[in-house]
Amino acid sequence: MPLAVRNRKEIMRDPVSILLGVALPLLMLVIFVLLGKSAPLDIFQIENLAPGIIVFGFSFLTMFAAVLIARDKQSAFLVRLFASPLSAADYVISYTLPLLPLALVQGTLVFILAFAFGLQFSANILLALLALVPMAVMSVFMGLLFGSLLTESQVAGVGSIYITLTSLFSGAWMPLQLVGGFFKTIAYALPFAHAIDGARAALAGDYAAIWPHVQWTIAYAVVVCILAIIAFRRRMEG
Amino acid sequence: MIAVNTTGLTKVYGERSAVDSLDLCIQEGEFLALLGENGAGKTTTIKMLSCLIPPTRGDALMMGESIITNPTTVKQHINISPQETAIALHLTVRENLEMIAGIYGSTRQEAQSKAQSVLDSMGLRERADDRARTLSGGLQRRLSIAMALITEPRILFLDEPTIGLDVRARHELWHAMQKLKGHVTVLLTTHYLEEAEALADRIAVMHAGTLRALGTVAELKQITGTASLEDAYLLLTDPQQSLKVEARA
Repeated sequence: MPLAVRNRKEIMRDPVSILLGVALPLLMLVIFVLLGKSAPLDIFQIENLAPGIIVFGFSFLTMFAAVLIARDKQSAFLVRLFASPLSAADYVISYTLPLLPLALVQGTLVFILAFAFGLQFSANILLALLALVPMAVMSVFMGLLFGSLLTESQVAGVGSIYITLTSLFSGAWMPLQLVGGFFKTIAYALPFAHAIDGARAALAGDYAAIWPHVQWTIAYAVVVCILAIIAFRRRMEG
Repeated sequence: MIAVNTTGLTKVYGERSAVDSLDLCIQEGEFLALLGENGAGKTTTIKMLSCLIPPTRGDALMMGESIITNPTTVKQHINISPQETAIALHLTVRENLEMIAGIYGSTRQEAQSKAQSVLDSMGLRERADDRARTLSGGLQRRLSIAMALITEPRILFLDEPTIGLDVRARHELWHAMQKLKGHVTVLLTTHYLEEAEALADRIAVMHAGTLRALGTVAELKQITGTASLEDAYLLLTDPQQSLKVEARA
Protein backbone atom coordinates (compact mmCIF):
# COMPACT_ATOMS: atom_id res chain seq x y z
CA MET A 1 0.00 0.00 0.00
CA PRO A 2 2.33 2.81 -1.17
CA LEU A 3 -0.31 5.47 -0.51
CA ALA A 4 -0.81 4.28 3.08
CA VAL A 5 2.97 4.41 3.61
CA ARG A 6 3.03 7.93 2.18
CA ASN A 7 0.21 9.04 4.46
CA ARG A 8 1.96 7.60 7.52
CA LYS A 9 5.18 9.42 6.59
CA GLU A 10 3.36 12.70 5.89
CA ILE A 11 1.79 12.61 9.35
CA MET A 12 4.79 11.33 11.29
CA ARG A 13 7.23 13.77 9.65
CA ASP A 14 5.16 16.76 10.66
CA PRO A 15 6.48 17.82 14.10
CA VAL A 16 3.07 19.33 14.96
CA SER A 17 1.54 15.85 14.62
CA ILE A 18 3.93 14.39 17.14
CA LEU A 19 3.46 17.33 19.47
CA LEU A 20 -0.34 17.20 19.38
CA GLY A 21 -0.81 13.49 18.88
CA VAL A 22 1.62 12.11 21.41
CA ALA A 23 3.18 14.81 23.60
CA LEU A 24 0.01 16.80 24.37
CA PRO A 25 -2.05 13.88 25.76
CA LEU A 26 0.89 12.90 27.96
CA LEU A 27 1.30 16.49 29.16
CA MET A 28 -2.43 16.70 29.87
CA LEU A 29 -2.20 13.55 31.95
CA VAL A 30 0.62 15.05 34.02
CA ILE A 31 -1.30 18.33 34.47
CA PHE A 32 -4.50 16.60 35.61
CA VAL A 33 -2.63 14.27 37.95
CA LEU A 34 -1.01 17.33 39.56
CA LEU A 35 -4.41 19.02 39.65
CA GLY A 36 -5.81 15.94 41.36
CA LYS A 37 -3.24 16.29 44.14
CA SER A 38 -4.73 19.63 45.18
CA ALA A 39 -8.32 18.66 44.32
CA PRO A 40 -8.64 14.97 45.20
CA LEU A 41 -11.82 14.21 43.23
CA ASP A 42 -12.71 10.78 41.83
CA ILE A 43 -12.50 12.12 38.29
CA PHE A 44 -8.79 12.82 38.81
CA GLN A 45 -8.03 9.25 39.94
CA ILE A 46 -5.58 7.80 37.45
CA GLU A 47 -7.90 4.92 36.41
CA ASN A 48 -10.59 7.49 35.53
CA LEU A 49 -8.24 10.03 34.02
CA ALA A 50 -6.26 7.78 31.65
CA PRO A 51 -9.21 6.67 29.44
CA GLY A 52 -10.41 10.29 29.25
CA ILE A 53 -7.02 11.50 28.09
CA ILE A 54 -6.87 8.75 25.45
CA VAL A 55 -10.29 9.66 24.02
CA PHE A 56 -9.29 13.33 24.04
CA GLY A 57 -6.09 12.35 22.18
CA PHE A 58 -8.16 10.52 19.54
CA SER A 59 -9.74 13.83 18.54
CA PHE A 60 -6.31 14.85 17.25
CA LEU A 61 -6.34 11.80 14.98
CA THR A 62 -9.52 13.26 13.50
CA MET A 63 -7.63 16.49 12.85
CA PHE A 64 -4.63 14.71 11.31
CA ALA A 65 -6.80 12.78 8.86
CA ALA A 66 -8.93 15.83 8.04
CA VAL A 67 -5.96 18.14 7.49
CA LEU A 68 -4.12 15.56 5.38
CA ILE A 69 -7.07 15.02 3.04
CA ALA A 70 -8.02 18.71 2.88
CA ARG A 71 -4.41 19.58 2.08
CA ASP A 72 -4.22 16.87 -0.60
CA LYS A 73 -7.41 18.27 -2.06
CA GLN A 74 -6.04 21.80 -2.07
CA SER A 75 -2.67 20.85 -3.58
CA ALA A 76 -4.44 18.73 -6.24
CA PHE A 77 -2.55 15.68 -4.96
CA LEU A 78 -5.97 14.00 -4.84
CA VAL A 79 -6.50 14.87 -8.52
CA ARG A 80 -3.30 13.00 -9.32
CA LEU A 81 -4.48 10.04 -7.25
CA PHE A 82 -8.00 10.04 -8.72
CA ALA A 83 -6.49 9.82 -12.19
CA SER A 84 -4.66 6.64 -11.13
CA PRO A 85 -6.15 3.14 -11.24
CA LEU A 86 -6.70 3.05 -7.44
CA SER A 87 -10.20 2.10 -6.30
CA ALA A 88 -12.36 3.96 -3.76
CA ALA A 89 -11.61 1.23 -1.23
CA ASP A 90 -7.85 1.72 -1.75
CA TYR A 91 -8.16 5.42 -0.88
CA VAL A 92 -10.30 4.86 2.19
CA ILE A 93 -7.95 2.18 3.52
CA SER A 94 -4.84 4.22 2.72
CA TYR A 95 -6.11 7.33 4.51
CA THR A 96 -7.40 5.51 7.59
CA LEU A 97 -5.02 2.59 8.12
CA PRO A 98 -1.89 4.62 9.06
CA LEU A 99 -3.75 6.42 11.84
CA LEU A 100 -4.99 3.34 13.68
CA PRO A 101 -1.51 2.22 14.86
CA LEU A 102 -0.95 5.81 15.97
CA ALA A 103 -4.12 5.52 18.09
CA LEU A 104 -2.70 2.35 19.64
CA VAL A 105 0.63 4.09 20.32
CA GLN A 106 -1.23 7.04 21.88
CA GLY A 107 -3.27 4.77 24.14
CA THR A 108 -0.32 2.61 25.13
CA LEU A 109 1.89 5.59 25.99
CA VAL A 110 -0.84 7.14 28.14
CA PHE A 111 -1.25 3.87 30.06
CA ILE A 112 2.54 3.49 30.43
CA LEU A 113 2.76 7.00 31.90
CA ALA A 114 -0.28 6.21 34.04
CA PHE A 115 1.70 3.34 35.66
CA ALA A 116 4.13 5.96 36.91
CA PHE A 117 1.18 7.71 38.59
CA GLY A 118 -0.11 4.59 40.29
CA LEU A 119 -2.23 2.73 37.75
CA GLN A 120 -2.14 -0.98 38.62
CA PHE A 121 -0.81 -3.17 35.82
CA SER A 122 -3.33 -5.87 34.85
CA ALA A 123 -4.80 -7.63 31.82
CA ASN A 124 -7.74 -5.26 32.10
CA ILE A 125 -5.57 -2.58 30.47
CA LEU A 126 -5.56 -4.61 27.25
CA LEU A 127 -9.32 -4.95 27.55
CA ALA A 128 -9.62 -1.18 28.01
CA LEU A 129 -7.53 -0.61 24.87
CA LEU A 130 -9.76 -3.06 23.02
CA ALA A 131 -12.88 -1.22 24.23
CA LEU A 132 -11.42 2.00 22.83
CA VAL A 133 -10.83 0.60 19.31
CA PRO A 134 -14.29 1.56 17.92
CA MET A 135 -13.76 5.11 19.20
CA ALA A 136 -10.36 5.24 17.46
CA VAL A 137 -11.95 3.99 14.23
CA MET A 138 -14.76 6.54 14.51
CA SER A 139 -12.27 9.35 15.13
CA VAL A 140 -10.24 8.48 12.03
CA PHE A 141 -13.33 8.20 9.80
CA MET A 142 -14.61 11.49 11.22
CA GLY A 143 -11.35 12.98 9.91
CA LEU A 144 -12.01 11.41 6.50
CA LEU A 145 -15.49 12.95 6.56
CA PHE A 146 -14.26 16.43 7.55
CA GLY A 147 -11.39 16.29 5.06
CA SER A 148 -13.72 15.30 2.21
CA LEU A 149 -16.24 18.04 2.93
CA LEU A 150 -14.11 20.95 4.13
CA THR A 151 -11.18 23.07 2.99
CA GLU A 152 -7.98 23.16 5.04
CA SER A 153 -8.90 26.46 6.71
CA GLN A 154 -12.43 25.20 7.45
CA VAL A 155 -10.92 22.04 8.97
CA ALA A 156 -8.97 24.22 11.40
CA GLY A 157 -12.18 25.91 12.62
CA VAL A 158 -14.45 22.87 12.65
CA GLY A 159 -11.66 20.76 14.15
CA SER A 160 -11.29 23.17 17.06
CA ILE A 161 -15.04 22.96 17.71
CA TYR A 162 -14.88 19.16 17.51
CA ILE A 163 -11.99 18.98 19.99
CA THR A 164 -13.81 21.33 22.36
CA LEU A 165 -17.01 19.25 22.12
CA THR A 166 -15.00 16.07 22.75
CA SER A 167 -13.47 17.68 25.80
CA LEU A 168 -16.79 19.02 27.16
CA PHE A 169 -19.11 16.09 26.46
CA SER A 170 -16.74 13.21 27.14
CA GLY A 171 -16.74 13.60 30.91
CA ALA A 172 -12.96 13.13 30.77
CA TRP A 173 -12.33 15.71 33.46
CA MET A 174 -15.85 16.70 34.46
CA PRO A 175 -18.16 14.23 36.25
CA LEU A 176 -21.27 13.99 34.05
CA GLN A 177 -23.26 12.45 36.91
CA LEU A 178 -22.71 15.63 38.92
CA VAL A 179 -23.54 17.99 36.05
CA GLY A 180 -26.64 16.00 35.13
CA GLY A 181 -29.65 17.40 33.26
CA PHE A 182 -29.69 18.29 29.59
CA PHE A 183 -25.88 18.38 29.41
CA LYS A 184 -25.67 14.79 30.60
CA THR A 185 -28.38 13.70 28.14
CA ILE A 186 -26.46 15.22 25.23
CA ALA A 187 -23.19 13.76 26.48
CA TYR A 188 -24.61 10.25 26.53
CA ALA A 189 -26.22 10.69 23.11
CA LEU A 190 -22.69 11.24 21.77
CA PRO A 191 -20.02 8.53 21.68
CA PHE A 192 -17.23 10.18 23.71
CA ALA A 193 -18.59 9.56 27.23
CA HIS A 194 -19.52 5.99 26.30
CA ALA A 195 -15.99 5.33 25.04
CA ILE A 196 -14.52 6.58 28.31
CA ASP A 197 -17.03 4.78 30.51
CA GLY A 198 -16.45 1.53 28.59
CA ALA A 199 -12.69 1.79 29.12
CA ARG A 200 -13.14 2.76 32.78
CA ALA A 201 -15.40 -0.27 33.30
CA ALA A 202 -12.74 -2.48 31.67
CA LEU A 203 -10.03 -1.09 33.93
CA ALA A 204 -12.25 -1.63 36.98
CA GLY A 205 -12.96 -5.22 35.95
CA ASP A 206 -16.67 -4.46 35.69
CA TYR A 207 -17.01 -6.57 32.56
CA ALA A 208 -20.82 -6.46 32.37
CA ALA A 209 -20.72 -2.67 32.09
CA ILE A 210 -18.36 -2.61 29.09
CA TRP A 211 -20.60 -3.80 26.26
CA PRO A 212 -23.51 -1.34 26.70
CA HIS A 213 -21.04 1.53 26.21
CA VAL A 214 -19.04 -0.11 23.44
CA GLN A 215 -22.28 -0.73 21.51
CA TRP A 216 -22.72 3.04 21.24
CA THR A 217 -19.21 3.64 19.96
CA ILE A 218 -19.50 0.78 17.45
CA ALA A 219 -22.79 2.23 16.16
CA TYR A 220 -21.21 5.67 15.81
CA ALA A 221 -18.14 4.17 14.10
CA VAL A 222 -20.33 2.39 11.54
CA VAL A 223 -22.47 5.47 10.80
CA VAL A 224 -19.50 7.84 10.52
CA CYS A 225 -17.64 5.29 8.39
CA ILE A 226 -20.56 5.08 5.93
CA LEU A 227 -20.93 8.89 5.80
CA ALA A 228 -17.19 9.33 5.25
CA ILE A 229 -17.12 6.82 2.40
CA ILE A 230 -20.13 8.49 0.74
CA ALA A 231 -18.50 11.94 1.08
CA PHE A 232 -15.17 10.66 -0.24
CA ARG A 233 -16.81 8.91 -3.21
CA ARG A 234 -18.68 12.09 -4.08
CA ARG A 235 -15.38 13.94 -3.98
CA MET A 236 -13.91 11.33 -6.34
CA GLU A 237 -16.76 11.77 -8.78
CA GLY A 238 -15.90 15.48 -9.02
CA MET B 1 -2.20 5.13 -34.15
CA ILE B 2 -4.69 7.66 -32.85
CA ALA B 3 -4.00 8.33 -29.18
CA VAL B 4 -6.96 10.58 -28.36
CA ASN B 5 -10.20 10.65 -30.30
CA THR B 6 -13.12 12.60 -28.89
CA THR B 7 -16.55 12.66 -30.48
CA GLY B 8 -19.14 15.19 -29.36
CA LEU B 9 -17.51 15.41 -25.94
CA THR B 10 -19.69 17.67 -23.82
CA LYS B 11 -19.81 18.75 -20.19
CA VAL B 12 -22.76 20.75 -18.96
CA TYR B 13 -23.00 22.36 -15.52
CA GLY B 14 -26.59 23.46 -14.96
CA GLU B 15 -27.41 25.75 -17.91
CA ARG B 16 -23.80 26.30 -18.93
CA SER B 17 -21.80 24.14 -21.33
CA ALA B 18 -18.22 24.06 -20.05
CA VAL B 19 -17.24 21.96 -23.09
CA ASP B 20 -19.56 21.74 -26.07
CA SER B 21 -19.41 18.91 -28.65
CA LEU B 22 -15.64 18.65 -28.79
CA ASP B 23 -14.30 16.62 -31.73
CA LEU B 24 -10.57 16.25 -31.41
CA CYS B 25 -8.07 13.76 -32.80
CA ILE B 26 -4.49 13.52 -31.53
CA GLN B 27 -1.95 11.16 -33.10
CA GLU B 28 0.30 9.00 -30.93
CA GLY B 29 3.50 10.85 -30.06
CA GLU B 30 2.03 14.24 -30.96
CA PHE B 31 2.50 17.28 -28.72
CA LEU B 32 -0.71 19.28 -28.74
CA ALA B 33 -1.16 22.59 -26.96
CA LEU B 34 -4.64 23.60 -25.88
CA LEU B 35 -5.01 27.38 -25.69
CA GLY B 36 -7.89 29.40 -24.36
CA GLU B 37 -8.88 32.02 -21.83
CA ASN B 38 -9.89 31.17 -18.28
CA GLY B 39 -13.20 29.30 -18.46
CA ALA B 40 -12.65 28.28 -22.08
CA GLY B 41 -13.00 24.60 -21.14
CA LYS B 42 -9.35 23.46 -21.23
CA THR B 43 -9.18 22.02 -17.72
CA THR B 44 -12.67 20.50 -18.00
CA THR B 45 -11.54 18.76 -21.20
CA ILE B 46 -8.46 17.37 -19.46
CA LYS B 47 -10.54 16.26 -16.48
CA MET B 48 -12.92 14.34 -18.73
CA LEU B 49 -10.09 12.77 -20.74
CA SER B 50 -8.33 11.68 -17.56
CA CYS B 51 -11.54 10.13 -16.18
CA LEU B 52 -11.77 12.61 -13.29
CA ILE B 53 -15.26 13.76 -14.28
CA PRO B 54 -17.77 12.00 -16.53
CA PRO B 55 -18.89 13.75 -19.72
CA THR B 56 -22.54 14.79 -19.99
CA ARG B 57 -22.61 13.60 -23.61
CA GLY B 58 -20.18 12.16 -26.13
CA ASP B 59 -17.18 9.93 -25.58
CA ALA B 60 -13.43 9.82 -25.98
CA LEU B 61 -11.25 6.89 -26.97
CA MET B 62 -7.83 6.94 -25.34
CA MET B 63 -5.51 4.47 -27.08
CA GLY B 64 -8.75 2.89 -28.32
CA GLU B 65 -10.39 2.58 -24.88
CA SER B 66 -13.53 4.48 -23.94
CA ILE B 67 -13.41 6.86 -20.98
CA ILE B 68 -17.03 5.92 -20.25
CA THR B 69 -17.08 2.15 -20.54
CA ASN B 70 -13.46 1.38 -19.68
CA PRO B 71 -12.01 4.08 -17.40
CA THR B 72 -9.85 1.64 -15.41
CA THR B 73 -7.94 0.61 -18.53
CA VAL B 74 -7.74 4.23 -19.71
CA LYS B 75 -6.15 5.16 -16.38
CA GLN B 76 -3.36 2.64 -17.03
CA HIS B 77 -2.46 4.49 -20.24
CA ILE B 78 -2.54 8.07 -19.00
CA ASN B 79 -1.15 10.35 -16.35
CA ILE B 80 -1.60 13.95 -15.37
CA SER B 81 0.43 16.77 -13.93
CA PRO B 82 -2.26 19.05 -12.48
CA GLN B 83 -2.22 22.86 -12.39
CA GLU B 84 -1.10 22.80 -8.77
CA THR B 85 2.15 21.01 -7.98
CA ALA B 86 0.35 18.00 -6.45
CA ILE B 87 3.35 16.53 -4.67
CA ALA B 88 3.76 15.04 -1.19
CA LEU B 89 5.68 17.80 0.58
CA HIS B 90 7.05 15.77 3.50
CA LEU B 91 8.39 12.99 1.29
CA THR B 92 11.72 13.19 -0.49
CA VAL B 93 11.85 13.58 -4.26
CA ARG B 94 12.77 9.91 -4.61
CA GLU B 95 10.00 8.79 -2.24
CA ASN B 96 7.42 10.77 -4.22
CA LEU B 97 8.48 9.00 -7.40
CA GLU B 98 8.62 5.52 -5.84
CA MET B 99 5.21 6.03 -4.27
CA ILE B 100 3.56 6.83 -7.61
CA ALA B 101 5.30 3.91 -9.30
CA GLY B 102 4.03 1.66 -6.48
CA ILE B 103 0.47 2.97 -6.86
CA TYR B 104 0.58 1.99 -10.54
CA GLY B 105 1.64 -1.55 -9.63
CA SER B 106 5.45 -1.53 -9.71
CA THR B 107 7.26 -3.75 -7.23
CA ARG B 108 9.66 -2.08 -4.78
CA GLN B 109 12.67 -2.92 -6.96
CA GLU B 110 10.94 -1.76 -10.14
CA ALA B 111 9.86 1.46 -8.44
CA GLN B 112 13.43 2.14 -7.28
CA SER B 113 14.83 1.51 -10.74
CA LYS B 114 12.18 3.64 -12.49
CA ALA B 115 12.68 6.44 -9.94
CA GLN B 116 16.41 6.50 -10.62
CA SER B 117 15.81 6.63 -14.36
CA VAL B 118 13.30 9.51 -14.09
CA LEU B 119 15.52 11.37 -11.61
CA ASP B 120 18.29 11.29 -14.23
CA SER B 121 16.13 12.21 -17.20
CA MET B 122 14.40 15.09 -15.41
CA GLY B 123 17.60 16.46 -13.85
CA LEU B 124 16.49 15.82 -10.28
CA ARG B 125 19.24 13.43 -9.21
CA GLU B 126 21.12 15.96 -7.06
CA ARG B 127 17.97 16.70 -5.05
CA ALA B 128 16.74 13.08 -4.90
CA ASP B 129 16.98 12.78 -1.13
CA ASP B 130 15.71 16.26 -0.26
CA ARG B 131 12.17 16.73 1.00
CA ALA B 132 9.88 18.02 -1.75
CA ARG B 133 8.89 21.07 0.31
CA THR B 134 12.51 22.34 0.20
CA LEU B 135 12.52 22.51 -3.61
CA SER B 136 12.06 25.74 -5.55
CA GLY B 137 8.79 26.28 -7.44
CA GLY B 138 10.44 25.27 -10.71
CA LEU B 139 11.86 22.05 -9.29
CA GLN B 140 8.52 21.20 -7.66
CA ARG B 141 6.86 21.50 -11.09
CA ARG B 142 9.58 19.34 -12.58
CA LEU B 143 8.98 16.76 -9.87
CA SER B 144 5.25 16.93 -10.62
CA ILE B 145 5.91 16.08 -14.27
CA ALA B 146 8.41 13.40 -13.25
CA MET B 147 5.70 11.82 -11.06
CA ALA B 148 3.46 11.67 -14.09
CA LEU B 149 6.22 10.24 -16.29
CA ILE B 150 7.36 7.49 -13.93
CA THR B 151 4.28 5.44 -14.78
CA GLU B 152 5.38 5.47 -18.44
CA PRO B 153 2.07 6.87 -19.69
CA ARG B 154 1.24 6.76 -23.38
CA ILE B 155 -0.76 9.96 -22.96
CA LEU B 156 0.35 12.76 -20.65
CA PHE B 157 -1.76 15.74 -19.60
CA LEU B 158 0.13 18.83 -18.51
CA ASP B 159 -2.26 21.39 -17.09
CA GLU B 160 -0.56 24.80 -17.11
CA PRO B 161 2.74 23.37 -15.87
CA THR B 162 4.73 26.62 -16.03
CA ILE B 163 2.20 28.97 -14.47
CA GLY B 164 3.78 31.26 -11.89
CA LEU B 165 7.36 30.28 -12.72
CA ASP B 166 10.15 32.74 -13.38
CA VAL B 167 11.64 32.94 -16.88
CA ARG B 168 14.63 30.69 -16.16
CA ALA B 169 12.57 28.00 -14.42
CA ARG B 170 10.06 28.12 -17.28
CA HIS B 171 12.78 27.64 -19.89
CA GLU B 172 14.29 24.76 -17.91
CA LEU B 173 10.88 23.10 -17.79
CA TRP B 174 10.41 23.67 -21.52
CA HIS B 175 13.70 21.88 -22.08
CA ALA B 176 12.43 18.94 -20.01
CA MET B 177 9.12 18.89 -21.90
CA GLN B 178 10.86 19.07 -25.27
CA LYS B 179 12.54 15.76 -24.50
CA LEU B 180 9.10 14.13 -24.40
CA LYS B 181 8.31 14.97 -28.00
CA GLY B 182 7.77 11.90 -30.11
CA HIS B 183 7.94 9.55 -27.11
CA VAL B 184 4.71 10.40 -25.31
CA THR B 185 1.46 11.91 -26.56
CA VAL B 186 1.24 15.21 -24.70
CA LEU B 187 -1.78 17.45 -24.24
CA LEU B 188 -0.58 20.72 -22.76
CA THR B 189 -2.83 23.52 -21.57
CA THR B 190 -1.22 26.91 -21.25
CA HIS B 191 -1.84 30.64 -21.31
CA TYR B 192 1.64 31.33 -22.67
CA LEU B 193 1.50 31.52 -26.45
CA GLU B 194 5.29 31.41 -26.79
CA GLU B 195 5.25 28.16 -24.83
CA ALA B 196 2.76 26.62 -27.23
CA GLU B 197 4.73 27.90 -30.20
CA ALA B 198 8.03 26.53 -28.86
CA LEU B 199 6.76 23.10 -27.88
CA ALA B 200 3.65 22.04 -29.74
CA ASP B 201 3.30 20.21 -33.04
CA ARG B 202 -0.24 21.55 -33.33
CA ILE B 203 -2.30 24.04 -31.38
CA ALA B 204 -5.99 23.85 -30.53
CA VAL B 205 -7.77 27.06 -29.56
CA MET B 206 -10.83 26.79 -27.34
CA HIS B 207 -13.28 29.54 -26.56
CA ALA B 208 -16.45 29.36 -24.44
CA GLY B 209 -16.34 25.56 -24.44
CA THR B 210 -15.96 25.11 -28.19
CA LEU B 211 -12.97 24.30 -30.37
CA ARG B 212 -12.38 27.37 -32.54
CA ALA B 213 -9.37 26.19 -34.54
CA LEU B 214 -6.82 23.41 -34.74
CA GLY B 215 -3.58 23.36 -36.69
CA THR B 216 0.09 24.19 -36.78
CA VAL B 217 1.18 27.74 -36.00
CA ALA B 218 1.52 28.40 -39.75
CA GLU B 219 -1.94 27.02 -40.41
CA LEU B 220 -3.52 29.13 -37.69
CA LYS B 221 -1.87 32.25 -39.08
CA GLN B 222 -3.03 31.34 -42.56
CA ILE B 223 -6.64 30.68 -41.46
CA THR B 224 -6.82 33.98 -39.62
CA GLY B 225 -4.74 35.97 -42.08
CA THR B 226 -2.52 37.22 -39.28
CA ALA B 227 1.24 37.58 -38.93
CA SER B 228 1.67 36.16 -35.43
CA LEU B 229 0.20 33.45 -33.22
CA GLU B 230 -0.87 36.12 -30.75
CA ASP B 231 -2.90 37.96 -33.39
CA ALA B 232 -4.38 34.65 -34.56
CA TYR B 233 -5.29 33.72 -31.01
CA LEU B 234 -6.89 37.10 -30.28
CA LEU B 235 -8.95 36.86 -33.44
CA LEU B 236 -10.04 33.29 -32.75
CA THR B 237 -11.14 34.10 -29.22
CA ASP B 238 -12.91 37.34 -30.12
CA PRO B 239 -16.63 36.48 -30.39
CA GLN B 240 -17.21 39.11 -33.10
CA GLN B 241 -14.13 38.51 -35.22
CA SER B 242 -14.14 34.72 -35.05
CA LEU B 243 -17.29 34.51 -37.18
CA LYS B 244 -15.34 36.11 -40.03
CA VAL B 245 -12.52 33.63 -39.44
CA GLU B 246 -14.89 30.69 -39.65
CA ALA B 247 -16.24 32.00 -42.92
CA ARG B 248 -12.69 32.39 -44.25
CA ALA B 249 -11.69 28.89 -43.05
